[in-house]
Amino acid sequence: MTPAEELRRLAAALRAEAPSEITFMEVCGTHTMAIARYGLRELLPEGMRLVSGPGCPVCVTAIADLDRVVALARLPDVTLATFGDLIRVPASRTTLAAERAAGADVRVVYSARDAVQIAADEPDRQVVFAGIGFETTAPTIAASLLESRARGLANFLVLSMHKTMPPPLKALLDLGETPISGFLLPGHVSVITGTACYEFLARDYGVAGVVAGFEPHDVLQALLRLVRQTRPAIEIEYGRAVRPEGNVVAQRLLEQVFAPSDADWRGLGIIPGSGLALRPEYADADAALRFPLDLEPPLEPAGCRCGEVLRGVTDPAACALFGGRCTPEDPVGACMVSSEGACAARYRYRGVDD
Amino acid sequence: MTSRRRPAGDRVTAGAPLTGGGSGPGTSGERVLLGHGSGGKLYRDLVKGVFVKAFANPVLERLDDAAALSPQGRIAFTTDSHVVQPLHFPGGDIGRLSVAGTVNDLATAAARPLALAAAFIIEEGFALADLRDLCASAAATAREADVPIVTGDTKVVERGAADGLFITTTGVGEIVVAHELGAAAVRAGDAVILSGGVGDHAVAILAARGQFAFSADVRSDCAPLWGLVEAAVGAARRAGGGEEALRFLRDPTRGGLTTVLAELAEEAGLGIEIEEDAIPVSPAVRSVCDLLGYDPLTLANEGKMVLVVAPEAADAVVAAVQKTQYGREARRIGFVTAAHPGRVALRTPFGTRRVLDMPVGELLPRIC
Repeated sequence: MTPAEELRRLAAALRAEAPSEITFMEVCGTHTMAIARYGLRELLPEGMRLVSGPGCPVCVTAIADLDRVVALARLPDVTLATFGDLIRVPASRTTLAAERAAGADVRVVYSARDAVQIAADEPDRQVVFAGIGFETTAPTIAASLLESRARGLANFLVLSMHKTMPPPLKALLDLGETPISGFLLPGHVSVITGTACYEFLARDYGVAGVVAGFEPHDVLQALLRLVRQTRPAIEIEYGRAVRPEGNVVAQRLLEQVFAPSDADWRGLGIIPGSGLALRPEYADADAALRFPLDLEPPLEPAGCRCGEVLRGVTDPAACALFGGRCTPEDPVGACMVSSEGACAARYRYRGVDD
Repeated sequence: MTSRRRPAGDRVTAGAPLTGGGSGPGTSGERVLLGHGSGGKLYRDLVKGVFVKAFANPVLERLDDAAALSPQGRIAFTTDSHVVQPLHFPGGDIGRLSVAGTVNDLATAAARPLALAAAFIIEEGFALADLRDLCASAAATAREADVPIVTGDTKVVERGAADGLFITTTGVGEIVVAHELGAAAVRAGDAVILSGGVGDHAVAILAARGQFAFSADVRSDCAPLWGLVEAAVGAARRAGGGEEALRFLRDPTRGGLTTVLAELAEEAGLGIEIEEDAIPVSPAVRSVCDLLGYDPLTLANEGKMVLVVAPEAADAVVAAVQKTQYGREARRIGFVTAAHPGRVALRTPFGTRRVLDMPVGELLPRIC
């Protein structure tokens, strides 16, 4: 069977078996992209809604946290190292790109280890790594911190804005704004976490969950498994990468360096226990402690509905700014900047006749 | 039409401000010094010992301040600065790139390259041996494209004021067709042809920068494409509809294939329909893109051409391009349509369609 035939077969099964009205949510930026990129919404049955949740690390970063990153970048001794995604995201009054053009030392790295190397090469600089991302990214930051320790580098610091995936799912269900029948659970995150952390969805909320891979057939197959569940349960479609127990080595690394903390989410506010803060043993590498800053209160961009988009309440295209005042070239909100943002994905891969 | 070797000094008559004299830069050590840019003896040594030697041709050797050209018919005129980092990469270097880049810009106007100028901005301390190597590479590429480098300029700036070497090349070419190529000439029904696989240059540069803990077996496609375009012009003429069958040429450099197509759709006020399956992407490029989240269709190429031709000439043009050195993988990838004006629709292997949009933001700085 060719990939196209396989996809058509899955789409036909979905149409035959899905109830007339049903809403699923994906909570992984890579799923958002895959669904948009391959035009998978075209293949779904009419009554099936597939909404994006808080799965894009850049998008869920609170504006107050972005303001802190910018303020750190402005300090004369600081070299701010970051993944490229963060560069163009609007903070309250500026972006890292604008600050860099104005003279701030902002460097795009592809791995936190690159930032460790900068710290080694330039001992007179305080290298602050802007740590964003979920359980997928956080272990690599933990490993980098341990590496910098082992190399005796006192000038490698982390501003940890890391978050964990299960708490926002609970927060969303508690809010009850969107009738979510099931989650397309994140493949990459689950490689690390395994599936036990999602069991509460089925047990406490009666909501189904299937861990999905990122190929078009993975997504449709996972949706079909959600539709076919007679009793809500957590399943793995992405069995070629995800084991129920997850990656124990990475989990230990996370526990060694980070401890759960409250975290501020764009759209969801402060969710208890949803963040990863550096443990006290690593306080000397905590940029927030090393550089305590008084920040002005954050400003949300007027008219921006990123918060609602991240909760799956508002469709990206339903925002009045979408595609007009807010485009990838000139973004108002984070969801239009990040390549994994729901708005950017929708805009970039919009249908031909939209 | 076949390429013919043109005796330099025949229709290209005059010289260069790479003012000369002296006996070569050997006496000044192994590095470029600020004094090499001073206009004095060191400067003359550098010019004669490196540039005139590498680009040897009778016009340049006169070392006049300007080259006189005698083009026949309409001319194309273009310039391009090259700041690629690193200077050497698998499949090429800044020397080859600086010649190919300008030859290809001329080729998009269906212009046979007539003469190039090359301006070098060199950072103090740059190794002379490296400069000679890069000039030899530029010279070899110029010979391959059958175009003399007839004039130029050299500046040496203090350490830190430039990153090694920047090269600006300017080119003049003779347009070999009578009609105007461009978006305005494109009609619904025209075929869109791509001369080969995309993304190789960008991925080769990325890998060469060593920022990633992997190596990719990818070589830049950096190459001069006049021969390819000349073959396409010839095929269009022979195909019956005349050379007007050739509508539009563009090399998909920064912004990649996506940008070329999106700009064309917008400028022409027509839609374009592309088959994703038809676009060659090497497995190595595809895996690097999957890993880093890049879209190969937005990555820079330095040896590819997008050709839009009338449908009746498409097969002949594809066949002719496939016979050229850098066009073996050429194929039809889609067509122009009156539907969805201004938009490029990509048909995925799964039968779904999506819009191809121009990439925004910084993809990869200093890729060329």
